[in-house]
Amino acid sequence: MSQSADLVTSSSVLQDRHSILKFTDVIKKYSSERGSIVALNGISLDVKEGEFLTIVGPSGCGKSTLLNILVGLETPSAGAVVLDGANTVDRKAVGYVMQNDNLYPWRTLRENVEFPLELRNIPAAERRRISARYLEKVHLADFADAYPYELSGGMRQRGNIIRALCFSPRILVMDEPFGPLDAQTRLLLQNLLLGLWAEEKKTVLFITHDLHEAIALGDRLVVLTARPGRIKSSHPIDIPRPRNIRHLHENAAYRALLSKVGDELAEEIQVQAGVH
Amino acid sequence: MSIEAIDLPMAKKTEAPALSYRSKVGLTRLALVLVVFGFWEFASGSLFSTFWISKPSLIAAYIFKWIFYGDFFYQLSFTFGSMIAGFTLGTVLGLLAGVVLSRSQFASDVLDPFLVAINGIPRVALAPLFVVWFGIDMLPKIILVFTLVFFVIFYNTYAGIKSVDRRFTDLAFVMGANANELFRKVILPASLPHIFLGIKLSIPYALIGAIIGEFVASSAGLGWKIQMETSLYNTTGTMAGLIVMMFIVVAMNSMLAVMERQLLRWQPTSRFATAQSQ
Repeated sequence: MSQSADLVTSSSVLQDRHSILKFTDVIKKYSSERGSIVALNGISLDVKEGEFLTIVGPSGCGKSTLLNILVGLETPSAGAVVLDGANTVDRKAVGYVMQNDNLYPWRTLRENVEFPLELRNIPAAERRRISARYLEKVHLADFADAYPYELSGGMRQRGNIIRALCFSPRILVMDEPFGPLDAQTRLLLQNLLLGLWAEEKKTVLFITHDLHEAIALGDRLVVLTARPGRIKSSHPIDIPRPRNIRHLHENAAYRALLSKVGDELAEEIQVQAGVH
Repeated sequence: MSIEAIDLPMAKKTEAPALSYRSKVGLTRLALVLVVFGFWEFASGSLFSTFWISKPSLIAAYIFKWIFYGDFFYQLSFTFGSMIAGFTLGTVLGLLAGVVLSRSQFASDVLDPFLVAINGIPRVALAPLFVVWFGIDMLPKIILVFTLVFFVIFYNTYAGIKSVDRRFTDLAFVMGANANELFRKVILPASLPHIFLGIKLSIPYALIGAIIGEFVASSAGLGWKIQMETSLYNTTGTMAGLIVMMFIVVAMNSMLAVMERQLLRWQPTSRFATAQSQ
């Protein structure tokens, strides 16, 4: 638990904010005939309003399980998830961007973005206005009527992001959203996401296996252990915003955190892979 | 974002080459028809006796006479009518059954062996029974067509709904869809390609059902006509009946293809687009 110098940075400002999301001793066990597997072993996590929290961990450590519990796709074996003080997480309060490109192929880009708005019974004219505004923000206005197969991977993922944002969710949850993209597109989308985040002031829970990305984007970084997943460490990221991701490697705090957390992560990856 | 706009795979597809490809396919098809019919015309009377295989020119003349001076439309409407009625009934009920059983694991587990058993009955064997039950008018043919179409549509709808990608339904759930919205806005559109395949596959079955019904006992229809002409050794009349049937199936398929292009225009590969990119 590192606590760095008393700089006026994003992370120290956050300490005054109230908590929006709280995981308390979340445990997830999967039982089958061959025995039971513990995927998550007592996760406690407190996310502040407006915080950009990134989570890294070796693959297979239960990162996605944690998110699935949050959004209601899985139930915890023990423990609680509290969003906005409510014990049952309201699905309509969460925007979820999955790892795989997941636009509905039978809907145009615009219709995809408007899907959550339809589910909230927002009138067509209003939906149209909102989707147009968000498509504009991510430079996709010209492709509003294109079907997903007509779009590139980066465009589709931009569509996924604004679909999860356009209905003003309380929290934006992202599960390795840039994983399958090429390096240049990734960088473009990371910058775009930071821009959107600065405008919208959303709380973001961002899972990745890419440490560079986790440090570049987040206010705070949480490292998970190898399975059964526990929280290994939590690090505030004291890099001033706005950040230019392409030049972050020139920042000393970025480099220090990268090498420190990099070692921690490497340890866990070795454990997960069975190399001791 | 201009960089991305360039590597965009096929958003800006030009129409011109697709059209020329289309006409190339069309012309080749026409040539194929001309070659086959030309050979038939030549072979009949020289390589084979016209008595056995008739002749395209004779058949064309026969159809012309049949249409303008004969009972063509009466026979056609009898067969086409029972085919369409049975097809519609089978499609509607097949869809309904597919939807209901895909929603209830219990019902589908209970009914599965019975459906397999009933679908296993050769319809030819049922046809005489339907004559006993429903007479020799259109009703037994309609029911025979129904028993064939129903299962094709049912199984395709069922498979379509069952194979909807988990990601799609999960995401709708996370976004707050209720069961009704999940079905209408995700499951149904996602399984539409399967359902359409079922409808397309069932058209030849519909015709088979109608014709078998007429073979077994009838007083009218294209099947009855073919059987009568064959029994008189009039191969020209038989061939004429067969060619009219082929036209029915092709016409219905083209109508469906137009509908499919409209409803499934979100699918990435039209037949022409894939053929071209290879």
